[in-house]
Amino acid sequence: MTAIDRPILEVQGLRKSFGAVEVLKGIDFRLRERELAFIIGPSGSGKSTFLRCCNRLEEPSSGAIRVDGTDILAHGVDINAVRRRIGMVFQSFNLYPHMTALGNVTLALRLASRKSKAEATDIGQAALARVGLAEKAHAYPGELSGGQQQRVAIARALALEPKIVLFDEPTSALDPELVGSVLQVMRDLREAGMTMLVVSHELQFARAAADRVVFMEDGVIVEQGPPAQIFGDPQQARTRAFVARIDGHR
Amino acid sequence: MSDIIALFFNAEIMAKTAGFLLDGLWMTLLLCLVVIPVGALGGLAVAVLAALNRRWLNIMLVIYVDVFRALPPLVLLIFVYNVPPFAGYRISEFEAVVVAFLLNTSSYYGEIFRAGIESVGRGQREAARSTGLGWWQTMAWVVLPQAVRNVLPDLVSNTLEVAKLTSIASVIALHELMFAARSAQQATFNYSPLILATVIYFVLLWPVVRLLSRLEHRKIAAR
Repeated sequence: MTAIDRPILEVQGLRKSFGAVEVLKGIDFRLRERELAFIIGPSGSGKSTFLRCCNRLEEPSSGAIRVDGTDILAHGVDINAVRRRIGMVFQSFNLYPHMTALGNVTLALRLASRKSKAEATDIGQAALARVGLAEKAHAYPGELSGGQQQRVAIARALALEPKIVLFDEPTSALDPELVGSVLQVMRDLREAGMTMLVVSHELQFARAAADRVVFMEDGVIVEQGPPAQIFGDPQQARTRAFVARIDGHR
Repeated sequence: MSDIIALFFNAEIMAKTAGFLLDGLWMTLLLCLVVIPVGALGGLAVAVLAALNRRWLNIMLVIYVDVFRALPPLVLLIFVYNVPPFAGYRISEFEAVVVAFLLNTSSYYGEIFRAGIESVGRGQREAARSTGLGWWQTMAWVVLPQAVRNVLPDLVSNTLEVAKLTSIASVIALHELMFAARSAQQATFNYSPLILATVIYFVLLWPVVRLLSRLEHRKIAAR
């Protein structure tokens, strides 16, 4: 197995129920290092729940998840240490409104990674520079546009040098004219070799940038493959129906 | 008319009893300095423990808060002052006030902090936890700063009520402002010391009322 094939994320038989409702019905999935995978599917298909199980924001009902070789569901695993290796970007940004952009980016560096203030500031500034917001370090979230806020949120995840970043509909809450700046940052991350798992409706972006597209419906992965296959020549009837439906809407 | 002035606004008696009332004022200030932080910290503890969301702990917290919010503070104070001696402990007036106020005000502060904690969206917690912060770190650095800001007017309002409530310490003969005024009134057969105490309370608390009013307007404007 070459380094490029090393799986960063390995999911086996993942199930998740909320009460009597089973949302994930056995997911098997592998994401290789430097790979960018897109998860698409109708709402309620379990995409976000799947993503949120990968850092245990949702507790899986059963199954196995390994991140960079660590069994994250193991008894006694230090979940806080695990989460520092898994960045997450949310639909609604979730920036801390009482802290500056730099404060948002450095909080976990200070508290979780135990960096000195000077070191955390250096890392934080570098992370903000990476998303093109070095000059906004001392702005509060309320003073930033939605696109800028989401880029700060990406910087907050990047600052911890994660092995993988999970994106949960990162552009869905943005005005159309602000989407491009966030996608550009994601494109740059891909160029830099970041491993990314993205739940999103930005299908054009998926077509252009994803290594793999995963179609989920009703709690299972129906089909996955290169964008050309999923969008151009889907093998499954349900994939075809979904792709035709969204193509019709554009 | 001059009778009324002599009975209520007697400058001579006010001057004569002012020192006595001042002693009471110091005690009132000392009480505020102790019971407000103790009650607020107790309330913070109640709210944070409730946020842990442990079934049995929550049941006990609900009982605690309900009981001490239902009991009139005066009843509570008399109870706390008079019961310990039967158990062999001679409780001082000051201790009794601090304990009674802790029980009463921590319940109120607790409900306010709890509302504040609940006002902070789940996404804030998830963002913090997703970066590897622990539960307590998330509470201390992300949730509570926003929670306090969101309920600041209510916290100030409750603090104002607590400051005024310290006057009930007079019923167990703690020499605070109200007790001093009542004693001076009874000794002089004149209401002027009470008027003087009223003026002192007003001067003391009016700035807080102004502050509160501004906070409330700012909160409405921020909506």
